[in-house]
Amino acid sequence: MTTLADRPSERLEQLWAEEPGLGTWLSTVDHKRLAKKYLYTAITFLILGGIEASVMRLQLAHSNLKLLDPETYNQLFTMHGITMIFLFAVPVFSGFGVYMIPLMIGSREMAFPRLNAFTYWGFVAAGIFMYSSFLIGKAPDGGWFNYPPLTSQSFSPGPNIDFYALGLIFLGLASTGAAINFITTILKMRAPGMTLNRMPIFVWGELAMQVSILFAQPALTLATVMLMLQRHWHWHFFDPGAGGDALLWQHLFWIFGHPLVYIVLLPGLGIVATILPTFARRPMVGYTWVVLAEMATAFIGFGVWVHHMFATGLPSLALSFVSLTSFLVAIPSGIQVFAYLATLVTGKPKLTTPMLYVLGFILIFVIGGVSGVMTASVPLDQTVTDSYFVVAHFHYIMGGVALFPTLAALYYWGPKMFGRLLDERWGKISFWLTFIGFNLAFFPMHILGVIGMPRRTYTYASHLGWDSWNLTETIGTFIMGVGILITIVNLVRSTRRGEPAGNDPWDADTLEWATTSPPADYDFETIPEVRSLHPLWDQPELKDGAQPPELGGRPLAHGHRVLATSLLDAKPEAVVDMPHESLWPFFLTVGLMGFFYGALTRIGLVAALGGFVSLVSIVGWIWPRGQTQEM
Amino acid sequence: MDLVETGKPGELLPHVASGARSLSWWGMALLIATEATLFALLIASYWYLRFRAGPVWPPHGIEKPSLGLPLIMSGILWSSSIPAHWADRAIQKGSQFRLRLGLMLSWMLGATFLLLQIFAEYPHSLKINPPSSGSYGTLFFSITGLHGAHVAVGLLVSLWVQARAWQGAFDEHRHVSVQNFVMYWHFVDIVWVFVLATIYLSPRFL
Repeated sequence: MTTLADRPSERLEQLWAEEPGLGTWLSTVDHKRLAKKYLYTAITFLILGGIEASVMRLQLAHSNLKLLDPETYNQLFTMHGITMIFLFAVPVFSGFGVYMIPLMIGSREMAFPRLNAFTYWGFVAAGIFMYSSFLIGKAPDGGWFNYPPLTSQSFSPGPNIDFYALGLIFLGLASTGAAINFITTILKMRAPGMTLNRMPIFVWGELAMQVSILFAQPALTLATVMLMLQRHWHWHFFDPGAGGDALLWQHLFWIFGHPLVYIVLLPGLGIVATILPTFARRPMVGYTWVVLAEMATAFIGFGVWVHHMFATGLPSLALSFVSLTSFLVAIPSGIQVFAYLATLVTGKPKLTTPMLYVLGFILIFVIGGVSGVMTASVPLDQTVTDSYFVVAHFHYIMGGVALFPTLAALYYWGPKMFGRLLDERWGKISFWLTFIGFNLAFFPMHILGVIGMPRRTYTYASHLGWDSWNLTETIGTFIMGVGILITIVNLVRSTRRGEPAGNDPWDADTLEWATTSPPADYDFETIPEVRSLHPLWDQPELKDGAQPPELGGRPLAHGHRVLATSLLDAKPEAVVDMPHESLWPFFLTVGLMGFFYGALTRIGLVAALGGFVSLVSIVGWIWPRGQTQEM
Repeated sequence: MDLVETGKPGELLPHVASGARSLSWWGMALLIATEATLFALLIASYWYLRFRAGPVWPPHGIEKPSLGLPLIMSGILWSSSIPAHWADRAIQKGSQFRLRLGLMLSWMLGATFLLLQIFAEYPHSLKINPPSSGSYGTLFFSITGLHGAHVAVGLLVSLWVQARAWQGAFDEHRHVSVQNFVMYWHFVDIVWVFVLATIYLSPRFL
């Protein structure tokens, strides 16, 4: 290594800088660069999922339209669901987490930087894998929850369902890796003094999200592997004729699928509880209650899966029990909403664009919550099951939380990531279009559901009287689409021409605002010592650059290093060397991609070659390179 | 011990961590948590299908699995945890010889288990209840097969750790890779308790 400079900041620059440009585009392990890739990729999938939705809305704009045939329609609604849930909502929150968590906890990296790179590449590759099905016109068509026997070999002989199953197994590897990485980072790398009860609510939300992924993901992986074994090797899990049970799929899928709702909801609520106090100009009301409510939601989320199966003929005792646990979710959700309202009422709210998105979200969340309480009731659910009422409910919850907090976060954290403020006037226009469009698109679905329109129908007869509501929804969809596009254009323009943001444009309280915008390669010149839940409000020294060593700042400038601290009270325990750029995570992804295409085409040689490349990549990854890279 | 400055006046911290102070220990612990969930769900699927199948289990006159060989295999697998534990203890005191010997012994026991499973137990079970014959055979092979795959991965990781041990990469401070491997190995052995109880014992006693 070249000799290090004398000034700590220059030395840190030497130690942490990665070459910009193509050289490290594939090999970067910098959490900020990877997070931007995450966000760009997730937004690309949002656009793709949005296009799928728009085409479907055109087909449904009027009765008896022939724009799409039923088979294409099936593929579109399946891919729309997969895209929005697996390729947009979950990764976009992981992306914000990858960028913000190390900054909010006062560290310089994620715990496992190369794993971080692999989980990004794995997500992209799994997305490309599933989307490549469109090239041969055989996209998954069994709905995002893919129930057998419809998806068994006899009723779905084509490769459509294989794309689904293999793609989700692949994606599951990446999400599990990300979960391990996030949890370790949050538990072990918080700045000294950031005890658990001084941890920002967004970090709690990410923790709840990733713990839920850790325990929910195996259910989906297991179910999809079982489905592949049944489809191609004639193993029997889901076929009653040979001792299997189709409901086993539903149980496994929803043991994953319901926690998934909270996997998306909790980081979204974390963003709300970050932005709200900043613009209400006061600390969050009931911090402890909000945190406990988030954890309780994650926990209860594992005990309600059967409410997706109210109409499958399960014993009524099971239904009553799960109905009860489902009603229970309203309690922690209610606590959070009232804490938001109390913060608003007792603060001096400033209606900036991020704040508008947050307020819009609260309204949408309450509407979705009310229809959630309604469908938690067994008789009502059995009446509206598989109707547009359910579609309305989960778009208000999942769609609302995946969209509004994300857009709020782009306006709120964009200045930190790009160093420039987004345009406020266009921001407000985008909010009103998105908000009005969202409600026009999804609210009438409640009504259509109640008057009998089933979900997943590709067209309907004119005498049913569904035309005008459907047309309203279609118009709403396009208004919302314009709103989202304005935000994307605003983002692209503002990153070049926006006003410079400065370190802390919002006068916010959390640590990511204690460094430059965008942050230097090493994030913080000194690892700050935290003495408050609101470090930037209560520790004035953090507002003017690096915290000096006399006040606790640790330059840690003798190596490519981070600090490991204790789990509960964040006492410094060790200094950890971090790995540098590596191409192996990318090669591992390429190998796995080969393996999964081999499994798809059932060409053993391709699968074996992919497996071999993967194995070599793992060996290359863990190959010892001095003390920094020991496993 | 290797201490380094943090830059805060007078503060020195260890540069090498092991156990719960090390990040990679947490990575392994969390990996085990998610893997344990996977096994729990698969075994729960067995019980779900078993009770949906009616009173006779195994169904269709399939003979109950024999116990002799599986019990011998269990003894071999579980005893492999002892030298692994011993190796872990040894390197914490800096003993290279006992580390290498313990890892090698546990590897040999684990490999014996896997060889017995593949070449003695599976041919017999494949004859009486192949996985394509019905849900019973499917569950039998998916549960024992998933566990066997974990043993195989453990053996590969062990080879790596042993190679590093022979290079002298570990000492009384720097040994978290050994700890991580041993933790994983114990996990694989504990899972077998549930596999044995579900697959081999429950058809006889329930």
